Amino acid sequence: MSALSPARGVLARYVATRLAQALLVLWAAYTLSFLVLYALPSDPVALLAGGDATDISPEQLDALRQRYGLDQPLWVQYLLHLRGILSGDLGASISTGRPVVEVIGEAIPPTAQLAGLALIVAVLLGAGIAIAATLTRSRRLSTFLLALPPLGVAVPSFWLGLVLIQWFSFQIPLFPAMGDKGFTALVLPAITLAVPTSAAIAQLLSKSLTTTLGEPYIDTAWAKGAGRVRVHLRHALRNAALPALTVTGLVVGQLLSGTVVTETVFSRPGIGRVTALAVQQQDVPVVQGIVLFAAAVFVLTTLAVDLLYPLLDPRIVLSSASPRRVRRRPADATAPAPLETAVL
Amino acid sequence: MSETVALVPDRWEQSSDAFAATAVDRFDDAVVARGSGSTASPSRRIPAALRRPLVAASILWLAVVVIAALWPALLAPGDPLGGTPADNLQAPSLAHLFGTDQLGRDLYTRVVHGTALTVSAAAIAVAVGVVVGSLIGLVSGFVGGRTDAVLMRVADVLLAIPGLLLSLAIITALGFGTVNVAIAVGIASVASVARVLRSEVLRVRTAPYVEVARASGNGWIAVLLRHVLPNSIAPVVVLAVLEFGTAILAVSALSFLGYGAPPPAPEWGALVSGGRDYLRTAWWLTALPGLVIAVTVLAANRLSRGLDSEGRARR
Repeated sequence: MSALSPARGVLARYVATRLAQALLVLWAAYTLSFLVLYALPSDPVALLAGGDATDISPEQLDALRQRYGLDQPLWVQYLLHLRGILSGDLGASISTGRPVVEVIGEAIPPTAQLAGLALIVAVLLGAGIAIAATLTRSRRLSTFLLALPPLGVAVPSFWLGLVLIQWFSFQIPLFPAMGDKGFTALVLPAITLAVPTSAAIAQLLSKSLTTTLGEPYIDTAWAKGAGRVRVHLRHALRNAALPALTVTGLVVGQLLSGTVVTETVFSRPGIGRVTALAVQQQDVPVVQGIVLFAAAVFVLTTLAVDLLYPLLDPRIVLSSASPRRVRRRPADATAPAPLETAVL
Repeated sequence: MSETVALVPDRWEQSSDAFAATAVDRFDDAVVARGSGSTASPSRRIPAALRRPLVAASILWLAVVVIAALWPALLAPGDPLGGTPADNLQAPSLAHLFGTDQLGRDLYTRVVHGTALTVSAAAIAVAVGVVVGSLIGLVSGFVGGRTDAVLMRVADVLLAIPGLLLSLAIITALGFGTVNVAIAVGIASVASVARVLRSEVLRVRTAPYVEVARASGNGWIAVLLRHVLPNSIAPVVVLAVLEFGTAILAVSALSFLGYGAPPPAPEWGALVSGGRDYLRTAWWLTALPGLVIAVTVLAANRLSRGLDSEGRARR
């Protein structure tokens, strides 16, 4: 903190710029989702009326058009929607007529539980693999451990979930195969959700650990007589973990979108189920609400990490002119890439 | 050495500013990587990737997958839709390699015949992603200035929405079906392709041979197509192979969720989904098609990595 206090003005400006940027991304996400969901379909009214439903008279279609403001030019619709969203109104679900905010709101708690546990599992598992692989002296063990993450990225999570059910619900009845009653029902879904993410974390962290272990200050630590475990955990890990932190937003986004499959496989209520159902029923307002919610979660997580980062890494030089240029260690300049390759 | 390098595929995405320095680094890397070994040895002629057993196995598996997609009858002469009800829910055996489903249909035949649907969907997805992404990346990197800034902010927004959710939104708008799923998955990958190509174009743009080409009176478009694009496309190829694996995962997840081709079609994801009701009695119905998906994705990822280190060694 002390490093920052002389430059409090810079910090304030940095925070303000980052906030403005976050808002800009949210607005752009709204625009994008509007373009996809309202401008792309040849006939949004038919979509709203329930896909290929043909038993609706032209008069009814016109009435629907008026009700949803679809008789207006596209840019008027765009502004009307934007005004609604700014006042916290995401519209109403087509299939149930309930406010989208309510539908999403009540789906958040079960998903937060699931994603929260999955996040813990993913970090422990991913970091465990990465640390063990670099710490061990056995070449064979290291090779084996480093072969796991590519495997975790390649395995389809819907399949993993079903195999886990087969083994740990049917063969050995340890956990329930479905539902959301109690902690035991949370275990298998959380593992299913965590595996791809943990693989990405393991890949990122082992790479970063390898780079860090090659730095001169590690040689100093060795020279001062620090043991293998101490060098790895105390000296290298703390610095190597920083780049992994920058992808927190992607990790959370990945977990959130992963719930669509996981909650379907385990028949759990939550954001994922709501999403799967909304797409099934082509419930445009709900889908848009979910996309905006996901973008907001991503933006807020990234914002929080960016704001915390200078506190964790005093080497960072804040510059409000171009906040994207916040200098991090060169090793992490491209950190998000491994996760992008594993969006599912 | 090569293993460590291969673990760092995102070096390609190195930020624009340092491209000149990076190019020099890469040259040094390449020299170091070849080390003291004779650079002109005949082993140079066989791509390094092929000499690695895992990469070779990946190529072999992907070749089988492509054959299954193009000529399924070669690998499985049976009928994927017709079955003998008396033979239903048979465990894997020599007669039925992957067992049979509840209607007595041979699962192996269904998986082989489903390859075309899943693989062509993944191929369409990659094509959409690579073509659109490359156009954006090329224009962004080459034109620069405000165009670049706007296009890259659009890419940022695309990356802020998780890929699967973006695909789902597009499917909501376009409707269900294999082709729509493929397009949706492709669009979700546009941003990463655009970013990679852009940073490569930025690197190549100021290379001496581009200036020479320009100075000898070639038009911008010609320079772009004849000199810049060929020299910056390699990382995109690596990414495309990787995206192929990702696309297979995404397409099968979406068809598992029921947004792909309607039921009797043996799409890989739909096959796994179809076995859900028989989880307790017939493990093979979910396990084996899922395994085929996993191995295919693994092979694509492995090949992508092999190509990556190959391309790096050649520089």
